[in-house]
Amino acid sequence: MADNNFDGIKIRNLYKIFGPEAQVHVEAVKKGRTKTELNERFGHVLGLKDINLDMPSGNIQVIMGLSGSGKSTLIRHINRLIDPTAGEVLVNGVDVVKMNESELREFRRHQTAMVFQKFALLPHRCVLDNTLFGLDVQGVSRSHSIDVAMRWIERVGLKGFEEKYPNQLSGGMQQRVGLARALANDAPVLLMDEAYSALDPLIRTDMQTVLLDIQKEIKKTIVFITHDLDEALRLGDKIAILRDGEVIQQGTSQDIVLRPADDYIANFVREVNRGRVIHVDAVMQPVSAGQPVNGATVLAGSSIEDAIKIIAREDHKDLVVIDPAGVPLGTVDLKRLASAAVSLH
Amino acid sequence: MDWFNEFPHMNDESLRQLKLSIDNAFRTFTRNYGDFIEGLFTPLAKFLIWAERLMTQTQWPIILIAIVAIAWFASRSLKVVVGTMVTLLLIGYFDMWMDAMRTISMIFVCTVISIVVGLPIGIAMSRSDRLQKIVSPVLDVMQTMPSFVYLIPVVMLLGIGRVPGLIAVVIYALPPMIRLTDLGIRLVDRDVLEAADAFGSSRWQKLKNIQLPLALPTIMAGINQTIMMALAMVVIASMIGVQGLGQPVLKAIANQYFTLGIFNGLAIVGIAIIFDRVSQAYGERLQKHREIVHG
Repeated sequence: MADNNFDGIKIRNLYKIFGPEAQVHVEAVKKGRTKTELNERFGHVLGLKDINLDMPSGNIQVIMGLSGSGKSTLIRHINRLIDPTAGEVLVNGVDVVKMNESELREFRRHQTAMVFQKFALLPHRCVLDNTLFGLDVQGVSRSHSIDVAMRWIERVGLKGFEEKYPNQLSGGMQQRVGLARALANDAPVLLMDEAYSALDPLIRTDMQTVLLDIQKEIKKTIVFITHDLDEALRLGDKIAILRDGEVIQQGTSQDIVLRPADDYIANFVREVNRGRVIHVDAVMQPVSAGQPVNGATVLAGSSIEDAIKIIAREDHKDLVVIDPAGVPLGTVDLKRLASAAVSLH
Repeated sequence: MDWFNEFPHMNDESLRQLKLSIDNAFRTFTRNYGDFIEGLFTPLAKFLIWAERLMTQTQWPIILIAIVAIAWFASRSLKVVVGTMVTLLLIGYFDMWMDAMRTISMIFVCTVISIVVGLPIGIAMSRSDRLQKIVSPVLDVMQTMPSFVYLIPVVMLLGIGRVPGLIAVVIYALPPMIRLTDLGIRLVDRDVLEAADAFGSSRWQKLKNIQLPLALPTIMAGINQTIMMALAMVVIASMIGVQGLGQPVLKAIANQYFTLGIFNGLAIVGIAIIFDRVSQAYGERLQKHREIVHG
């Protein structure tokens, strides 16, 4: 089902100013007018400032930030539920900003699907009819939509609930419907706006697993918004951290945890369980290719916690990190693993 | 200090002239266009006559069964159905069946017209704040202007009969339909509307799939109000020739027939209660999905 020709999402110099004369102020902001000045002297709110992001096809891009950071505004620019003040949003090479009304409608029907924080299910329609909503809007025949919808209802674990109404379901189950509704669209881009923030922690972890499992099959370009760093680190192939409408760091989970760009991010990262997040390849002592493999091995991409488990179980002093083909990449010893697991900053 | 004790009003002669010239202008307008305007309303008159014939010429047991069946399918409540049946039987037993049928047919036509006219206006109003600002005061006038006042031009234009009665009733009964349609659509959850947008709904799809279904309970309340207000106008409409339960009441007022008045008055109340309970029960059934079964 993966769309091999899909070119991903590119956001270029995106600005969003809220207020009646946004266009007038955008030039001043580009020249350095601050958010505070804009707000106090001109009564306009700077929502997003000079956002540049590349989201390659088939990846999960997490955008993390606290409330008011502009993350929900940013994701709404990708399907243009919000119009930008300046900048480009290229989805598969086409600028969403320049689309007219009917092009935009077609784009939303076929290129994107969205999951919402408050679920936003249709209360008067049963689970089945909610799931096929996107297909119904597209004008797909009812019998075909039912086939597709039933498959996704089963996939998200709601088989047997097709005839229930949203209000008869728990929050977690409602969001499963939300997910099934988005997946039934089979669009290359999946937008998830704080999709799991309203769920309690156990169900949230559960739903993260569901998403990761499904993503292995479907390989969509997923944009996932969250305010929870643990969630960001677990899901994100790439993570961008947003503060006051600006991207202050972007990179992999390893980049964020090991090399936080500033104190603000370092503060967040302090609370993270590093042993589960950091990969052995990020802390190993590299070895030159062709060196023989001695002793116990650990696969690249495993967490520090996994490596320590192996050491504790089998009484080795150090481990060789190998890639899936068995080629050794580097070595780690207990001291190296332990110092990475507890931040020395 | 004359101006202080007595309000300095326009002088009597010019005021008289003003009223006279407006009256004359309207009279000329009536003479020239009366027939044409009456022609515009012929389809309405035909609809009215058809509805009245249907109700009065069909044998009473068939009508009774039909109304009770509608009450059952709309409310699914035994209490409402039994109440409906007993009320109709009492109306028939006290020899008011024909008048009641004429009134019901009139109310039916008025309600249909109010929905047909009110629903699109309400929808348009919900989409434009400017239109809402224009229409709202017009609706206020329609509801507060004493009905006799707008009966005068209607009777001048169309004479006495069913159609002017219908217009008078619709003017009075239409506002709640428009207002509650507008309100219902405006109250639709923004999150759900955003979802509809995100999946690429057109304006028509949004209206059909989201706004109207979610506003339906409120719209039903509007229909209920419209029916109640139409019934309240039955007696006044009978003054300009609308047949039905209003006419005996009018006769009772003129001749001080206390019992005749109270019988027919109670029949109007009975019909009102039937309509009210049935349409409300139907509105509530539409909201079944809103019950929160699982927190």
